[in-house]
Amino acid sequence: MNNKNEWPLWEVFIRSKAGLDHKHAGSLHAADEKMAIENARDVYTRRQEGVSIWVVESKHIHASDPDESGSLYDPANDKIYRHPTFYNLPEEVKYM
Amino acid sequence: MKLAYTLRLADDALIIGHRLSEWCGHGPILEQDIALTNTALDHLGRARSLYQYAAQQFNELPEAEKQTAFTSVAIQNLVNAGAAVSEDDMAFLRDGWDFRNTLLVEQPNIDWAYTVARAFYFDTYNYFFCSALKNSADTTLAAIAEKSLKEATYHLRWSSEWVVRLGDGTDESHERMQKAINELWSYTGEMFVASDAEKAMADQGIGVDVSKLKSLWMQRVQETLADATLAMPQAGWMQQGGKDGRHSENLGYILTELQFMQRAYPGMEW
Repeated sequence: MNNKNEWPLWEVFIRSKAGLDHKHAGSLHAADEKMAIENARDVYTRRQEGVSIWVVESKHIHASDPDESGSLYDPANDKIYRHPTFYNLPEEVKYM
Repeated sequence: MKLAYTLRLADDALIIGHRLSEWCGHGPILEQDIALTNTALDHLGRARSLYQYAAQQFNELPEAEKQTAFTSVAIQNLVNAGAAVSEDDMAFLRDGWDFRNTLLVEQPNIDWAYTVARAFYFDTYNYFFCSALKNSADTTLAAIAEKSLKEATYHLRWSSEWVVRLGDGTDESHERMQKAINELWSYTGEMFVASDAEKAMADQGIGVDVSKLKSLWMQRVQETLADATLAMPQAGWMQQGGKDGRHSENLGYILTELQFMQRAYPGMEW
C-alpha cells in the first residue's frame, strides 16, 4: 500500500479552548507541514474542537513495543505507595 | 437599488458556493474534499444571510413593485397569494436572467487547477471586498462583511497556497495551473466594473466602489503568481454581462440542478 506518490502521514494534536495541553486528535495526509496544519484545521477543528494545532510527521513518532508491556508497566502495579494518597493534609491547606 | 445590490452579492456567494460544493465526495483526497466543502458552506452561509436580508427588503416593497421585480411566475404567485417571500424563494424561484452574479463564479470546475484559479481570483476579490464592505453605512451589510472577512481570509490563504504549490510544482502541474490562470483571466475584469446598483450604493456609502479594488487585487495576484513562478496574463478583452443578468450557458445548468426540486414540487420540505 505504500505508494511513493502518496503524501506522508501526519499526526495531529489539538488544544481545546479550555485545555492546557494538546491532545492527539487523529491523523491525516499532507504534502508538507503547511498543508498538514491547514488540513488539520479543516478536518479536526470544524466543530470548534480547538484553538491550537500541532502536527508531526508520523514517521518521527517512536512508540514503545506492546510486546514489552509486561516488563515496562507491570512492575508499577504493586507500588501503590508511589501515589501521594498516604499523606494527611493539614486543614489549612485548602486547594490540593 | 439596495435590493438589487444585496442580491448581486448573494448571487455571487450562492453560485461560487454551489460550484465548490460539486467537489463534495469527489475531492482528490479526503482532507481537501472536506476543505472545499467547508469553504462551500462558508459561501452558502454568506448567501443565506444576504438572501434573508434581500427577502426582508422585497417584502417591504409596495405591492406594484413586487409584481414586477422578478419575471418568475412562481414568485408572482406567492405575491398574489399575499405570502411573504423567504431566503429560499430568492435562491430557488428566481429565473436565470434575474441572477446578478459575475460570470467568473459560474465557470465550471473542469479540474483542480481551474477550481483553484477561479477560487484564487474570487477569493482575492472577496477579501478586499469584505474589508471595504465592513465600513458600510448599512449595519446589516457591515455585519455580514465583518463575519465573512474572517472566512475570506482563510479562503484566500487556501487558494493562494494551491496556486503556488501547483505553479511551483512539477512541469505538468505548472503547465496546467498556468493554463487555468490564463483561461479564466478574461472573467476577472467584470468584478471591477460597477453595475448601476453598485454605483448607486457606493455613492450612498452603503456599497463598495469596486473600481477602487482593482489595483489592490492586481498587486496581490501579481505577487502570488510571481511566487508560483507563473506568468501574469496579458491585459486584454474582458467578458461582461453577469451583473446585468446576461450569463454564460453554465448558469442555466447550475440553476436546473439547484432549483429543480422547488420548481417541480413547490414548497417541498424534507
